[in-house]
Formats: sequence, structure tokens, C-alpha cells
Amino acid sequence: MTTATIGVRRPGSLPGPLAATGRFLRTLARRPVGLLGFGGVVFFVLLAFVGPLLVPLQETSDVRAVYLTPSAAHPLGTDFRGRDVLNQIVWGGRDILAVAFLAATFSTIIAVTLGAVAASIGGKVDTLIVGIADVFLTVPHLIVLIVVAAILRPTGFLALAVVLAGLQWSGLLRPVRAQVLSLREREYVEAARSLDLGLFHIIFREMLPNMRSYIVIHFILAMTGAIYAVTGIVYLGLVPISGQSWAIMLYLAQSQGAIFFRDSFWYILSPILAIALFQLSLVSLVSALEDIFNPRLRTE
Amino acid sequence: MPPYDAAVTTTPAGAKLAAQQFPFGGSARRARRMLGQTWGHPVARAVIKAAVTIYVATTLTFFLIRLLPGSPVEIKIDELTRDGAMSYAEAAALASTLFSIDLSAPLHEQYLSFLGSTFHGDLGHSFLSQGTTVTSIILAVLPWTLFSVGVGSLLSFSVGIFLGLLAAYRRNSVLDHVLSTGGSIISSVPNFLLALLIVLILGVQLRWVPMTQMRGSVTPGIQPGLSPAFIGDVFFHAALPISVYFLTTIGHWILSMKSATIGALDEDYVTVARARGLGESRIRTAYVGRNAVLPLVTQFAIHMGFIVGGAALIEQIFVYQGVGLRLLTAVSQRDYPVMQGILLTTTVAVVVANLIADLLYSRLDPRIGRAGGAAG
Repeated sequence: MTTATIGVRRPGSLPGPLAATGRFLRTLARRPVGLLGFGGVVFFVLLAFVGPLLVPLQETSDVRAVYLTPSAAHPLGTDFRGRDVLNQIVWGGRDILAVAFLAATFSTIIAVTLGAVAASIGGKVDTLIVGIADVFLTVPHLIVLIVVAAILRPTGFLALAVVLAGLQWSGLLRPVRAQVLSLREREYVEAARSLDLGLFHIIFREMLPNMRSYIVIHFILAMTGAIYAVTGIVYLGLVPISGQSWAIMLYLAQSQGAIFFRDSFWYILSPILAIALFQLSLVSLVSALEDIFNPRLRTE
Repeated sequence: MPPYDAAVTTTPAGAKLAAQQFPFGGSARRARRMLGQTWGHPVARAVIKAAVTIYVATTLTFFLIRLLPGSPVEIKIDELTRDGAMSYAEAAALASTLFSIDLSAPLHEQYLSFLGSTFHGDLGHSFLSQGTTVTSIILAVLPWTLFSVGVGSLLSFSVGIFLGLLAAYRRNSVLDHVLSTGGSIISSVPNFLLALLIVLILGVQLRWVPMTQMRGSVTPGIQPGLSPAFIGDVFFHAALPISVYFLTTIGHWILSMKSATIGALDEDYVTVARARGLGESRIRTAYVGRNAVLPLVTQFAIHMGFIVGGAALIEQIFVYQGVGLRLLTAVSQRDYPVMQGILLTTTVAVVVANLIADLLYSRLDPRIGRAGGAAG
């Protein structure tokens, strides 16, 4: 990994990032759970972002084909308006994945910046930042989210992602800070400090590149948290409903009372499985990554 | 500010801090030194942390309700002046009583009086039913949430720790693989999806569970008391929320306890204990188990916030009348004082759970209690 970081490139070899990816996949291939998780994540990302380009959105309702069970024409059955469920599953991932990605990005940026600043400066700044994070960590997030959503009515997913990130960063702060504390004593950081390269340089040019694997893991965990929160509040109908998403499918199923029809089983099961399997893929990937990046934790 | 802080910090250590929050002039250094000593004591530190968290959460709530553009107070005044013949002054006066904020006062006084009334348990009045205090509404639903969340998470913690210890001792056995894989699968499924699956499969498809009878927190008309019938009824209605809290958190405890135990097994003191010829069961409980469980106690407190938040979703799905469901009702009725009250009470509940975990931690870990000044 270090050669890729520094960017030393032998002539004729693949460019750094590609070679690193290749190495990463080879390492992953030895861990079936991790490979499955990785495959699941790739599958859902393709489904959510490439799928809608290939399959046109079907919006016409057909009252004669309500709550059909799976068949060749409708592999996952139909919903309360006779629309194809598979079609909605293909179209319903994009928004959720986008919000989760944005929220995880924002919260990782906040947590890494604040965690690095806290650990590098130390003293009162450290106590203050950790204290603030603890307050945000203690408050029940979903309840805050429900109240904030009820008051601010965030429309569009950028606003939703910002609100989510405003709560979620607190969970990432302590691990990031601990990591920076351990890196602070390394020789290259001391060298940078004695060269008086400045806090910004030390944090972003010296420490961050060495925390990449660590940040990736926490980014994915932040995504699972964001997906939980987003699907939760959309399911409750607390954000203005428009467009397609797995969570909106659940909300509509619930508000149409479809949950209590025996025939609508496949219609409701599909978004549940989509969300659950995507979460499961992310978590499996994380456990494999932890294993790869931190071999000391290996329990074999 | 000091009087309100003094109102929450009832312990001597907390009161000492409250009296010293604004050190002036020459006493500043002395005050800081005393503060440092107080801070060094783990119990005092836990209490101070809890008080500060509650204070900050209350302040944030005030900002949310009062200061944001389009805040509930403004919306309410708009509503009152738009519809009826009410003048702005009358509307502001009514809004003042509803929110327990004197809107004619300057902002910092509004803030102080908000803090004051909050710490006295006055959370304002419900918009919907005039004359009903928010406190009475919350007191009617909070016990059910605390009960179901508490039973579910304590059960999951204790069973999870036992299974995790077992998995660590039988490493790479079938049992270990089943527990570890099962635990990681079930803990990654969002809890409200599991709740929906229970409704869908056990309730609707198989009809094993009488979903409609299990709604509510008790059967209407049953006589409350310590009779077996009432207690049975309480557990009957809470069974589904409790199972969901239990199932969705147990995986985390199994996995955490397993890795903590494996870590503890490698410690020198375990090797020494073995060399001294201590019995395996004593090593397992007093040496390995006790040390492995310590970090999990702190994690438990952090998890409480997550579970209490998730209760909003779980209670909605099972129609269990706790704070979560009440919050959603308040949201749909735009009953802002109730929302604000529930936000504050649930935060306080989680802070108290954290405080208990902190105190328990310093009891369980003699290193912390004795050292006194252990800087951390």
C-alpha cells in the first residue's frame, strides 16, 4: 500500500490506483463474506444508477392488475395501482443511495477535520470538541431528526443529507481522534512538525493519507447509519414525498394498508429486502475490510 | 445561569461546580484548581457531563423552537392572526402561554425563563387539548417506552454477553460460526424492517401472532395493579417491541463480547492465573469475563440513544403507545410543545442511562475509582 501512496511507478506496470484496486480485489477474493458484500454493493449501485438508464419508468396504473403475485410479466408482482414492483425497485435505489452517500461524505469530513484538530491541538480545544461530540452522540438521533424534519421540512436530498450529517459526525469523532492521537507520535509527523509545516499540512498531507483505510471503513458505516435514518423518516412520511424510492414504496404500502393484505406480500417484501440486503452487503464489506486493513484483529 | 444549573446538579460535587461556573478576579485560579480536582473524580465528572449535556440539549431545543426561520412560535402567531380576529399582541400572548415563553421579553430573558421552567418540569401546554400540560402527556406514555426499551436492551445485553463469551471459548466451532454469522446478519438489518417482517410474515401470512389484539400498551379496561393478569397483559402487549429491540441489538453484543474476550484471553494476567492453578470457571468469570465486559458497559449507554430513537419507528409499526408513537401523533397534529417536550425528555432519559453506565463502570473497574486523578 505504501508504494501506491507515494506513487512510485515501475515502467510497464499499471497506474497506481488500478494496481491498488487489483491488489485489493485479490485480497478480498480470499474472504467469501467480503467478496459477497462487495458484489452486493456493486450490484445495488449498478441497479440504482445504471438500471434507470436501461429500463423506462412505468407510471401507468392498471386497476385490473392490482397486487398480482410474481409472474413472468411481473417478476415481483404489482402494487396497489397495478404498477410493476420490479420496475419500482430498479428506480427506487438512486435517491436513497445518493442521500446516504452525501450524508456519509459530509459527516466524515466534519468528523475527520474536528477529530484531527482536537487530537493535534489537544488541551482545552480537545476537551471542548469531544464534549460537543458527546452531547450530539447522547441525543436520540431519530427523535431529533423527526422533530427537525417536522419544523424545517427539508426538501430535496441535499438538505436532508446536511441535517443527517449534522447528527452523525459525532459517532465518528472519537475513533478518528484516537487514530490521529496514535499517528501523532510517528516519526514522519514529528519531522513535519519540526519543519514547521503547519497544522493544515500535517493533518491533510501527512496524517490523512495514512488513515485512508480507516476513513473508508467509517465512511461505509456512516452510510449504513444514513440509510437507516433516511428510510426511517421517509417511511414515516415526514419528508415531502415525491419521486421513487424503496422507502417511499414502504410508506405508500403502509398508508394504503397494503401491509395487512395477504396478496400484497411480494410488493412489501421487495423494498424491505432491497434495503436489508444493501445494508447487509455494506456491513459484510466493512468486516472484510477491517480484516484486511488490520490483520492483528484476525481471529483465525 | 447558576441558579438553573444548581437546580439540576443536586449532588454536592455538581453544586460545587455550579457555584464556580463564573470565577471572577483573584479567585479564578483557586476556582480552576478546585474545578480540576472535581473533574478528576470520576463520579463527579460523570455527573457534570450529564448536567452539561442536558443543559446544551435544552439550549439547542430553544434555538430550534424559537430562533430558526419559520420557527413554530412564528408559525403559531401567523396562524392565530391570519384566521381569526386576533391581534398580534393577543396572538403573541396566547403563544407565550402555550410555549411557556414570555415573547414580549428580550431574547436572553426568554432563554433564561425557558431554561428555568424546563428545569422545573414545566414544558408548556399542548396545542390540541387546551389546559393539558405537556408534562402530563409525556408522563402517561414515557413509562411504556422505558419499560419495553429497557427490558429489550438489558435482555439482549446479558444474553449477548453470555453467547459472546461462549463463542470466544469455542472459537471456530460450529456454535461460534452460527453465532457470529447470525449475529452479524441480524444486526445489520434495520430494526423497523425486522418489525415490518414480523407483521408481514408472522401476523399476516402465517397468522401465528394476533397483531390487532397486541396493539396498545395494555388491553383497554384492565385493572392496573400487581395482579398476575395485569403483568401478563403488559408483557403480552410489549412482547413484539421487546423482541425487536432484543433481536436487532443482540448481534452487536455477541460480536463485541467475542472479540473483547479473545483479547482478554491473551492477557498476561490470564496466563498467570492459569499458572497459579486457578479453576477454569473462576478464570472465565472473574478474570476474562469481567475485564472483557467493561468496555461494553460504556457502549451500552451509547446504544440506548439509538434504541430510544428507533422506538419511534417500532412503536408506530406495532401501535404501541409509548413516547415514539406520541411524538409522531404530535408531528401530524403540528403540536410543537409536545414535540419539544418529548425531545427533551427522551434526551434526559438517555443522559440518565449514560450516567448510570458511567457510575457502574467506575464501580466495576476498581482502577478508576481508586486512582482518583486518573487523567483521561
